[in-house]
Amino acid sequence: MFFNSLLTNFAALEVGQHLYWQIGNIRLHGQVFLTSWILLGALLVFISLGTKKMENDPKGLQNLLEFLWDYIRDLARTQIGEKVYRDWMPFIGTLFLFVFVSNWGGALIPWRLIKLPSGELGAPTADINTTIALALLVSLSYFYAGLSNKGWRYFEYYVHPTPIMLPFKILEDFTKPLSLSFRLFGNILADELVVGVLVFLVPLILPIPVMFLGLFTSAIQALIFATLAAYYIGEAVEEHH
Amino acid sequence: MLAFNFFGTTEGGLFDINATLPLMAIQVVALTYILNSLFFKPVGNVVEKREKFVSNNIIEAKNKLSEVKKLEADLLNQLQSARSEAQRIVSEAENESDKLYKEALELANNEANASKEKVRLEIESQTSAARDQLSKQADDLSELIVNRLILKK
Repeated sequence: MFFNSLLTNFAALEVGQHLYWQIGNIRLHGQVFLTSWILLGALLVFISLGTKKMENDPKGLQNLLEFLWDYIRDLARTQIGEKVYRDWMPFIGTLFLFVFVSNWGGALIPWRLIKLPSGELGAPTADINTTIALALLVSLSYFYAGLSNKGWRYFEYYVHPTPIMLPFKILEDFTKPLSLSFRLFGNILADELVVGVLVFLVPLILPIPVMFLGLFTSAIQALIFATLAAYYIGEAVEEHH
Repeated sequence: MLAFNFFGTTEGGLFDINATLPLMAIQVVALTYILNSLFFKPVGNVVEKREKFVSNNIIEAKNKLSEVKKLEADLLNQLQSARSEAQRIVSEAENESDKLYKEALELANNEANASKEKVRLEIESQTSAARDQLSKQADDLSELIVNRLILKK
């Protein structure tokens, strides 16, 4: 009985429902773009405000942005290495900021209050399309980084300690984007579902620690995604001798 | 039924992959360029300029410190050499005065000796003159006595 009602409640969460936009022949998940535009707009406004009047003695927002910049630089530098981290820092930083803002925006803003004809607003990273897009960008980047830095010698990496590694390394090129995208997607979706279900079952107090846990997971996932992306790029540009 | 709702429908579902994917990728690439020109470049410029400023100042301060230490050592050297020079001059002067004192002493001694000798010689000559006179007078006297004795007879 209880299980049945749980299922109905689950259904009321509208998992897997989307707000479809039809443009010509192609179909889009409108809710993903709506939330991402709102969140990225907020991010860009925040950054424009912080960088409007840059001073040598940082004040207010500039301090925060410089801390963020420093954090991203350290992340890129430790994973990619001193030589080429500069080229990839904007990409790694964008991945981090995008995932972080999407995750936290999805968890912190009560999107449920906005009613859509179909589906519901939420973290853009809770949609498989977003995470696969990010993961494929990471794959392209590390291929590009390897090829542009080492030319065809990049493929030495595939037979690096011994040629026995070749099939595994080729397999890795598929598992990397797969694990990247599904880790992020799964974590954020699971967090949204857990909070949603708990809110349905016990609307008061009990969801709060889970929400905090969700914020924690969101931040960690952003860090993991950016770190792994940087690590893959670093692996591709690394000289092994 | 749940699984059906999750994955199965042609319309929607959790794993409904469509044009959202490439458009999202384009959006993220565009965001990378926007953030690069809006955030990473300007903030990086400011931070790196400051880091350069700080490290330059540290280097400059280190240089100045080493210069100060060099000057200090230089001064100490000069002080030491001045001290030893002063000591040398003092000891030289002491030697000089010692020498002069000794010379003067010797000169005085010599003079004293010379005048002593002169006096001695004078005394001696006077003594001998007196003795001559005495012996002459004694001769005269004896002659007189002899004459008188002879006359009496």
